[in-house]
Amino acid sequence: MTAEAPTSLPAWMLETEGGGIAPSGRRRRRGAAERTLDGVARALERSLFSEELAARAGTLQEMDPRLKTVCLAVLLLAALLVRHLPVLAAMYALVLVLAWASLVPLGRFAGRVWLFVPLFTGLIVLPSIFNLFRPGDPLLVLWHFGEGASLGPWQLPAELAVTRQGLQGALLLVTRTAVSVSLVVLLVLTTRWSVLMGALRALRLPRVFVLVLAMTYRYIHLLLGLVTEMHLARLSRTATRLPARRERRLAAAGIGTVLEKSQVLGTEIHEAMISRGYSGEPLTLSTFSLRPADLPPAALMLLSAAAAWGGDRLLG
Amino acid sequence: MAETGEELVFELRDVHFSYRDHVALDGLSMSVQRGERLVLLGANGSGKSTLLKLLDGLIFPDRGSIHAFGRKLTAEALADEGLARSFRRRVGFVFQNSDAQLFSASVRDEVAFGPLHLGLEHREVERRVADTLHIMGLEHLADRPPYHLSGGEKKKVALASVLAINPEVLLLDEPTAGLDPKTVGFLERLLNQLAEAGKTVVTATQDLDLAAAIADRLLVLGEDHRRAGEGTPPEVLADRRLLLESNLVHDHPHRHDGREHRHPHSHLEDHGHRHRD
Repeated sequence: MTAEAPTSLPAWMLETEGGGIAPSGRRRRRGAAERTLDGVARALERSLFSEELAARAGTLQEMDPRLKTVCLAVLLLAALLVRHLPVLAAMYALVLVLAWASLVPLGRFAGRVWLFVPLFTGLIVLPSIFNLFRPGDPLLVLWHFGEGASLGPWQLPAELAVTRQGLQGALLLVTRTAVSVSLVVLLVLTTRWSVLMGALRALRLPRVFVLVLAMTYRYIHLLLGLVTEMHLARLSRTATRLPARRERRLAAAGIGTVLEKSQVLGTEIHEAMISRGYSGEPLTLSTFSLRPADLPPAALMLLSAAAAWGGDRLLG
Repeated sequence: MAETGEELVFELRDVHFSYRDHVALDGLSMSVQRGERLVLLGANGSGKSTLLKLLDGLIFPDRGSIHAFGRKLTAEALADEGLARSFRRRVGFVFQNSDAQLFSASVRDEVAFGPLHLGLEHREVERRVADTLHIMGLEHLADRPPYHLSGGEKKKVALASVLAINPEVLLLDEPTAGLDPKTVGFLERLLNQLAEAGKTVVTATQDLDLAAAIADRLLVLGEDHRRAGEGTPPEVLADRRLLLESNLVHDHPHRHDGREHRHPHSHLEDHGHRHRD
């Protein structure tokens, strides 16, 4: 249908509203939209930083990505098998050396790992350090319940204490997680995503798995852009923070919109793939080649993994 | 199976297509000649994008028939791997939404996707990728992920990803939408070069300037989702009534020498009189 121009504007639209721009003296509280925008901006900034790091001429960046992936996977396996804290600590030191040699800023690298590890693993293992859940030698007594105390059908110990065994177990798990996550982060930070996907394919990971991984990463950026625009559009029409209930409803509507748009986009992407000959078998150009310079860092990593595993066995 | 002449790339007979209860095309019949530069003109929602998807065998008519290179285009026909592969090598489609088309992790992978999946040898794929990136001026972006590119760069990569297949028919959906004038000029020159090389170029647009620059023939889709008109660019673009009825130009009041009057307006050519501020 041809859009007809309105014959005349309503009276209120002919008036100038609002007057000047004057401060009220009251600070506007930040709402969900601003917080989401901050989060999206941080995610995009991290992504750009990762791309920049992957392009640096560091030790791991220069390695053949297939060999690097295998070596870091072997180190990861060793970290999962090791049972002594000093050995894990030594492995973490090796990870930091690798990061340093790969020109990865250590503070940012460690921060990225240690921000999340205590949050997720730490919370999971926290109860196990107390004698309520795992008996052991008390290191620090926090509370005296007295003999025969109970909580419903649950018999409580005489005192609530942090145990040596519990603390050791928790530290071991947290450190192991930190080493494992650090190894994976190091791989991702020092390898361009497209190259990493190619390496995974070269290592015979299932094609569909690699394709889904690659596309997920690709379209996260697109959806982040979409979310940013939605929130900016909202901010441009919002002067004050809305009541919590209204905020929740808007957030739910936003999630619904993103989901719907991603479905439409998904259909289009599939059509675009079909149009260029895709028939369910993703193929990529991979032109990897091993060089003599790849061997020293590979040997270091593989020997370190063997030493960690052997040393751990020797410690009992 | 009906056979059409070799000179016809596509032939559509009484094609109907609906998205649930929303009609997109209503009884369209048309044909596309080999080596032709055809522009599908139509307002938003007239069915241009749907028509291109039908021509590319991505969707199929509810009623009526489409023949491509003399063969009837159906879901069953394209289920044949050999036929699908040869059809996809011969027909390339540049989507309006570049973001939907750029799904690979780097520009190089994106350009390689089509040739790889259409069975070309690795060495040939690498040669084509290098050549295509070169002619499109994209070499410096080869290792960049597509989401870091500007709108114009994305459009160029989308076009490069189809050109690397070297299809004999190019379908383009609003190729200049949202692009800066320099990139539009680049695309116009490229499309004309491709047509001179014998490619068939079918472009859907509502941009009359682009249509005038790249078409041998214009086919106008009306807002009733039917064919509203057809002809050479001078014939169609001179038919103000057709353009007005198809919502391709609009009619708004002007002042000239203190006198207000209305006439169709498209910025395509001079009004034949001077405007004053």
